[in-house]
Amino acid sequence: MQKLETLMLEKAKNLLSSGEVSRVLGWKKGELGYDVEPSVFTSAQSLDNFVYNVFCGANLSKYLVQETKKEGKILVFLKPCDSYSFNQLIKEHRINKDKVYTVGVECQGKIDNYKLKENGIEVVESFDEEVDFVTVNGKKFTKGEIVLGKCSVCEKKLLDYDEVISINEKRSPDKDRFEMVKKLESMTADERYAFWKDQLSNCIRCNACRNVCPACTCTKCVFDNDNSGIASKANSDSFEEKMFHIIRAFHVAGRCTDCGECSRVCPQHIPLHLLNRKFIGDINRLYGTYQAGEDTTSKGPLTDYTKQDVDPSDVFGG
Amino acid sequence: MQEINKEKKPLIVAFCCNWCSYAGADLAGSSRLSYPADVKIIRVPCSCRVNPMFILKAFQRGADGVIICGCHPGDCHYTTGNYYARRRMSLLFSMLDYLGIERERTRVEWVSAAEGAKFSKVMNEFASKINELGENKRLEDLRCKN
Ligand code: SF4
Ligand code: SF4
Ligand code: FES
Repeated sequence: MQKLETLMLEKAKNLLSSGEVSRVLGWKKGELGYDVEPSVFTSAQSLDNFVYNVFCGANLSKYLVQETKKEGKILVFLKPCDSYSFNQLIKEHRINKDKVYTVGVECQGKIDNYKLKENGIEVVESFDEEVDFVTVNGKKFTKGEIVLGKCSVCEKKLLDYDEVISINEKRSPDKDRFEMVKKLESMTADERYAFWKDQLSNCIRCNACRNVCPACTCTKCVFDNDNSGIASKANSDSFEEKMFHIIRAFHVAGRCTDCGECSRVCPQHIPLHLLNRKFIGDINRLYGTYQAGEDTTSKGPLTDYTKQDVDPSDVFGG
Repeated sequence: MQEINKEKKPLIVAFCCNWCSYAGADLAGSSRLSYPADVKIIRVPCSCRVNPMFILKAFQRGADGVIICGCHPGDCHYTTGNYYARRRMSLLFSMLDYLGIERERTRVEWVSAAEGAKFSKVMNEFASKINELGENKRLEDLRCKN
């Protein structure tokens, strides 16, 4: 995979030096091997810290909302999942496409740092990645063991870009992404309530899931309202953040591309994607299959209707 | 405190569209058709004005049931508002169900200005359903109740 990084670096340096772009949005090395973070590079020299490896799970598309408001053009590297978010943002007129140069990059799945920790790896001293395996500190893992949840169901489809950098064949997903949603749907209401109460009671309302979400780009969020009645009050019941979670998921319903960022960043490991996928599944079933971000022009399912739509009373569970 | 809670009657919030169901409620009243006093009507300009947040907020603050009444599909004063509302509510109610919230606590009904009798029937039925279900515990938020 080292090769990919080299090709990307070359591309970035060329575009920077030719003046075609003034900045590069990519991923930057951290201190500990696994703590790679999104970064804007403004010179060939700063690109010394540029990386592209198995730790680059972060979606870069949302940064473009602010970045494309600035002077000059920016080069961005987009993984398949990032590109869906990118398209969705174009569709919603949140990104100025004229100010971006998009390069699609191959992705074979990224590592979930939490899963590494579960396997006893606190610091990454060395790693080596192949298409199906990753060796970290000399310990060999199959991708399936430590990959992000979103990657195990990802089609790894490369959309339209200005350019694409890809070496290996894409792999098909090894799992059905609705598996767990279906399982929950087949439970009784009480079981589902118990499941969600248990999960959501872990929420510390750090708002990371909201902040990272490429579909959440409102300038002022309804949850930052001091008059909400809950601001600076401690929970008195462990399920009290459900309002936040229902509204967060509803707000992105029909726009969520299933990029999996919310679940990736949650410090409490709450499976937020299961809320998003419930909406995605329902939309597919009730209004026809729809993939947000697949194109930049079609109408979203919640900004559209047909006269024959079912009534809410006819929609039942699964 | 305990005593008062025990005797608590169910509280129902009905979001009624100004152009149809709200007038339907009026007609029910002037035709002397009764509907439960536990139903608190909130007038909205169109069924699609109802933000999912309104519904959750009502539950947080102690509603035991929430019903949204709008013009019949095809008859919306703004032509298409209720079509959008229909999709939103279908998805929202399905999500509530997914979280294990009792299905029957939420409902959408299409009631025209001429349907005073339907309004009263719908509200009576809904109120008795909510009575059966009892107090809403799963969606309340003690921080929002005073
Ligand atoms: S979801 Fe797909 S494109 Fe995104 S990081 Fe995982 S494998 Fe790569
Ligand atoms: S990231 Fe996790 S803990 Fe933080 S607000 Fe979201 S669900 Fe709650
Ligand atoms: S005006 Fe009554 S539902 Fe739109």
